[in-house]
Amino acid sequence: MLTVRDLHVEVAGREILKGIDIEIREGETCILFGPNGGGKTSLLLALMGFSNYQVTKGEIVFKGEVINDLPINERAKRGIGISMQRPPVVRGVKTRQMVEIASDGQADAKELAHQLDLIEFLDRDINLGFSGGEIKRSELLQLLAQSPDLVLLDEPESGVDLENIALVGKVINKLLEKYLHRKRKKAGLIITHTGHILDYLEADKGYVLFDGQIGCQGNPREILEDIRRRGYEACTICRR
Amino acid sequence: MERSDELASVVLSKQAPLGEDINVSEYCETTEERTYQEELSSLDEEDRLRMREVGIEASEEGRSGTFVQMDHSVIHEGSHQEGLEIMDITLALEKYDWLRDYFWKAVPVDTDKYTATVQSRPHHGYFIRALPGVETTLPLQACLFIGREGLAQYVHNVIIAEEGSKLDIITGCATARHVKGSLHVGVSEFYIKPRAKVSFTMIHSWAEEVVVRPRTTSVVEEEGVFLSNYICLKPVKSLQMYPTTKLVGQGAMARYNSILYAHTNSYLDVGSRVYLSAHCTRAEILARTISSGGKIIARGHLIGEIPEVKAHLECRGLILKDGVIHAIPELEGRVAGVDMSHEAAVGKIAQEEIEYLMAKGLSGSEAIATIVRGFMDVGIMGLPAPLTQEIDKAIKSCEREIF
Repeated sequence: MLTVRDLHVEVAGREILKGIDIEIREGETCILFGPNGGGKTSLLLALMGFSNYQVTKGEIVFKGEVINDLPINERAKRGIGISMQRPPVVRGVKTRQMVEIASDGQADAKELAHQLDLIEFLDRDINLGFSGGEIKRSELLQLLAQSPDLVLLDEPESGVDLENIALVGKVINKLLEKYLHRKRKKAGLIITHTGHILDYLEADKGYVLFDGQIGCQGNPREILEDIRRRGYEACTICRR
Repeated sequence: MERSDELASVVLSKQAPLGEDINVSEYCETTEERTYQEELSSLDEEDRLRMREVGIEASEEGRSGTFVQMDHSVIHEGSHQEGLEIMDITLALEKYDWLRDYFWKAVPVDTDKYTATVQSRPHHGYFIRALPGVETTLPLQACLFIGREGLAQYVHNVIIAEEGSKLDIITGCATARHVKGSLHVGVSEFYIKPRAKVSFTMIHSWAEEVVVRPRTTSVVEEEGVFLSNYICLKPVKSLQMYPTTKLVGQGAMARYNSILYAHTNSYLDVGSRVYLSAHCTRAEILARTISSGGKIIARGHLIGEIPEVKAHLECRGLILKDGVIHAIPELEGRVAGVDMSHEAAVGKIAQEEIEYLMAKGLSGSEAIATIVRGFMDVGIMGLPAPLTQEIDKAIKSCEREIF
């Protein structure tokens, strides 16, 4: 579904991603590990097409089409959806409206908000005064409405309280069609710094992004175990 | 009246402190009388559509009373609810001697040449009154309409909410579609008695060469409430107004909300001023201003005259392209113990907001339209539902021109 080949990305003239190769197949869930500042968020935002993240080399291929030059909304229309870590406040635009926009008017905002315990947020300005956890749930609410084929999640568990983390896990499983075992089509690329999300989610593949490059890849639980034991420092050694 | 005439004659050439000085003699003083309409539905369809854009329903559906003045003629008036009056001010002055005690009391006749001209050459205006304890079940509507090119329209309005009453008013001011230039000067005096509440929503829809000089003051007594909402989204050559509220009774409250849009060649100098002159009075001024090439001076002035008053002023400006927004918030505490604050911000639409909405599927221009519409969010006004709907309609009717 997604092939990233030798991707180089600059932010404000500084190279942040230095030749990334990633492959995500239909129905696959990939985890992106890495220390803070390693380039994980930049990769997601570059895949979505945000203007501050300039691709200087390489290709992003989605469903067989090179999408490097497509605007953000065209990428969304083709089936890429993102949950941002720090989305902006848009004054006067209500959460309910965002659900309508994301679903092109097809979703039942109330029903979806009920699933994420966000009913009372529907008529509030999007992200205004939301806590970290509320932002995460609101982003997932919009993804539920959008139902993208490729879900990009930036640390979906950070800031979410214990009470809601299982709920967040449940919704991510739903987004990724984890209830389907053979005909699953939805794919995901999920950033995690702590790995906690793996307590609630089965993943197929893991990548470690370190200093703008993929350090290693493999079984996500094994990678997590390794990181827990040896820290991200081990990646430096590994790369040598 | 004689005294007012005297005062007016002295200041007929007194320049207003703010706004471009207008030579009123350039505008036509007289015009033919228009016929009274028993039913507003008999008006030209084009005029009815213009009226609808400023919240005036020709069918009178959903309204408890109507006043319509076209040029210098009152063409329709009447209330459908007992205890509410809405009528031609000229007739009201003949009917009620006591009304003279309210005339030019809130707005001094010698304020400037515009008020003086309204006194010397008045062309009607409306009188609205709610008797004690009476509450509007549906809003009243008042329309001041200019149908003739180059005409000057001078009106004087008096609104009285007697003790414990509640008035919801929509005022729509507009020019006919073919009118490009004219002058509108409106004096409005509000008297809000103890525990009365007035919700006043004014929607303006002028044209490229129209000059507008409203002069408004409201006096709010004990625990009275004055809510003023002002919307001006269509082009206008020059608009200058600084409506003022005097909170003179304990616990009185005023709130001003305005949404202004300046097109290229439009000049809007609009402010709101509140004197907090009694114990525990409160005031709030909120302005949303947008420029796509025109100039807006967004003023606000809070004057705390005694301790334990609370007031806040907020002005947000959005420059879409090549425009000027000049926010001038003023806080004037005249004693210790006042609690007044302000925040002002002028900027452009943040790219990250546009891209955030694009990531949900909107195109760049749809995202900008959504952000601007959100910026003009009328939900902040806390209005009754019918008034919110009117403002929403006014914004929607302008969207084609704005975006």
